[in-house]
Amino acid sequence: MNSDLTGTTVLVRLALRRDRLLIPIWIGLSAAMVWFSASATVDLYPTSASRIEAANMINSTASLVALYGRIYDPTSLGALSMTKMTAVYASLVSILMVMLVVRHTRAEEEAGRLELVGSGVVGRAAPMTAALLVVGGASCVLGLLAAAGLLAAGLPVIGSLVFGAGWAATGLCFSAVAAVAAQVTTGSRAANGLGFTVIALAYGARAIGDLAEEGPGWLSWLSPIGWNQQVRAFAGDRWSVLVLPLAATALLMPVAFILRRRRDLGSGLLRDRPGPAAGALSSPVGLAWRLQRPLLVAWTAGSAVMAFLMGSIANNVVGLLDSPAMKDIIQQLGGKQGLTDAFLAAVLGLVSTIIAAYGISAVGRLRTEESAGHAESVLATATPRIGWAASHWLLALAGVAWLMLVAGVATGMGHALAIGEPGQVLPITVAALARIPAAWVMVSLVVALWGVWPHATGLGWGAYAAFIVVGEFGQLWGVPQWVMDLSPFSHSPVLPGPHAELAGMVWLAVIAGAFIAVGSVAFRHRDLAG
Amino acid sequence: MNAPSGNPSAVIDVVGLVKSFGRAKALNGLNLSVARGEVHGFLGPNGAGKTTTLRILLGLLRADAGKMRVLGGDPWLDAVDLHRRLAYVPGDVALWPTLSGGEVIDLLGRLRGGLDPQRRDSLLERFELDPTKKGRTYSKGNRQKVALVAALASDVELLLLDEPTLGLDPLMEEQFREYINEVRGDGRTVLLSSHTLSEVEALCDRVTIIREGVVVETGTMAQLRHLALTAVSADLANVPDGLADLPGVHDVVVQGQRISASVEAKGMPALMAALSAGGVTALTSAPPTLEELFLRHYRET
Repeated sequence: MNSDLTGTTVLVRLALRRDRLLIPIWIGLSAAMVWFSASATVDLYPTSASRIEAANMINSTASLVALYGRIYDPTSLGALSMTKMTAVYASLVSILMVMLVVRHTRAEEEAGRLELVGSGVVGRAAPMTAALLVVGGASCVLGLLAAAGLLAAGLPVIGSLVFGAGWAATGLCFSAVAAVAAQVTTGSRAANGLGFTVIALAYGARAIGDLAEEGPGWLSWLSPIGWNQQVRAFAGDRWSVLVLPLAATALLMPVAFILRRRRDLGSGLLRDRPGPAAGALSSPVGLAWRLQRPLLVAWTAGSAVMAFLMGSIANNVVGLLDSPAMKDIIQQLGGKQGLTDAFLAAVLGLVSTIIAAYGISAVGRLRTEESAGHAESVLATATPRIGWAASHWLLALAGVAWLMLVAGVATGMGHALAIGEPGQVLPITVAALARIPAAWVMVSLVVALWGVWPHATGLGWGAYAAFIVVGEFGQLWGVPQWVMDLSPFSHSPVLPGPHAELAGMVWLAVIAGAFIAVGSVAFRHRDLAG
Repeated sequence: MNAPSGNPSAVIDVVGLVKSFGRAKALNGLNLSVARGEVHGFLGPNGAGKTTTLRILLGLLRADAGKMRVLGGDPWLDAVDLHRRLAYVPGDVALWPTLSGGEVIDLLGRLRGGLDPQRRDSLLERFELDPTKKGRTYSKGNRQKVALVAALASDVELLLLDEPTLGLDPLMEEQFREYINEVRGDGRTVLLSSHTLSEVEALCDRVTIIREGVVVETGTMAQLRHLALTAVSADLANVPDGLADLPGVHDVVVQGQRISASVEAKGMPALMAALSAGGVTALTSAPPTLEELFLRHYRET
């Protein structure tokens, strides 16, 4: 048994070396979000009465309960401030842990690097043990930092520790899920997809369970995300519920190791299904569509559901906004129209920011196709460089536009159903479409970076993160206006509402066009880069 | 249409090619001429600049200096038109993990301007390739076959093959050689890079040998034959005298009952006779590696 684990230490150090930036940044940002949410809530709801009103409001709005879960103690400041953190952000943390485990197990195996490692003095169980040690460690550190952030914001000690422990246990549980998923599929994308599906199911199960009745419906008790809610940090602090995610972890990890032991390197439980012997693909666009389609389908479903929920709560939200500080924030985000319009405009702004992330990852295919050597195969045929590049950026732009259309219609339908006015769908859809150019600027920025300096394509994500942070916290930190103006998202027309500036939209489209022209011309004149 | 070296019949005509990556100089004044209808071997050790040359000929990389013509056109400016008339097999074949082999073959064929379905099917049969498997499930050799079928199924004038048999088993290698001989029969042109001398010897009409970005030798196989010495070693019951005096036999080393020598083709019968007279108990023969060949080449000149 011991020899199975030989080499684990070395592999742990290898993983930490590879992720020396990724893990600290992710964990640091997540803990910072916790701290920020907690301290912002203190300012937004200064009195006990305002908190009780807000909590009751959430508990009586079906779509908010579905989105965030219930607040089990309306008087608790901690419970109110962690509304978004308990289910939504716990899911994001889980996504990170799944990605990390897959990255160090199945992805390594698929790339053939594990073969290289496995031929050294390394036990059969060592790679997965190392991955789980690293990711489990990351979960625990994240839990500690989150607890520290809550303490720093002035929340009670016990509740802070319970909340941190809840995140850590959820992270551990989904690390174990990912370890099993990585044994089941042969591809790392599929393993990630399987892990994310489990997270989505857990999230959905608890949404239905939370809606089912006052108090915990049984479906919530089947879900690791539901368990994290039932720990009830700051609202009863039920330590004992933590047994559930830890027990699930303890059950799943041996399953992963047994599956690993029984299979060959490179194989999975799910066999790859054979594909067609002859192909119908005949153009670069067809190929790009084939490669981007799975991601777009998933995003379409996700955007529709999220946007519908957001739209359906818009009308109720006005009741949430009794605190003057919160009113200020929504008005700053959404302009000086009616509060519902302002909220909808803020929602659409958020949606366009999120959908820009799809655009960035879709157009990032240009770089991954190039570095994987696929571009070489295509460009050695009679495919012009510009045509090949255009196939990818065109689809990324079209995908962004499509997702904004879907999100606009879904938001509009959610709102229209809530207030019984079908006429709301069209203006809200138009408002969503007006946000497209801002997201296009992000896509085209990536094209420009890739064309001019292919190894820096990833900087697009850095710029994206910077724009979000500046947009979110810029005014709070007193960032100069011209820096805030760098973000394309600050120039979208604020719709729905009567006072929209449309010039910004036109400028954004022009800038997007210019970036794409720069990237295309630069790519036409440079070497293909490995 | 000015051919750089005044050889208008050449399919590939390159003079003074230079390419640097940062400070590393990959090509340093390379010359290459491939005549229509010939199978031309492009030999060199790893890192000699073979792949860089092929990528420049495809317009995937841009040369820093030098004149070149491929099929009468400029590889950088006329890339798309030229690519309709040529096919390429990269040295490191990367397939899309979720596309089946058949899909990749058809896609690349159509992007090149069409492929011959009959030839495609007969190639699949010949190489015993299952086109329904997904890209990620193919072994290295099978990925190589996918790229080979995609390239060979097209009706093109010029084939650029970058170490095409790397990863193929000996039976498939044999199939490949037969096919290249048929291609030669059709009057098509092949530039085949390799680092194994025996493959080039078996297939090529002419050979260009490069090292560190420059050509060290070019000519017909017969002209280069003097480079292709076979390394022979044998265990003998009793070692006969005068082995070193046999014509075409070089570098004879005797260690107890074991002898080794480098032998030209013409010296082989005499050596074999001498060895069997000495009572051979074990015999191995191998073509020299390229590095040995280079060393010998430089020592001789």
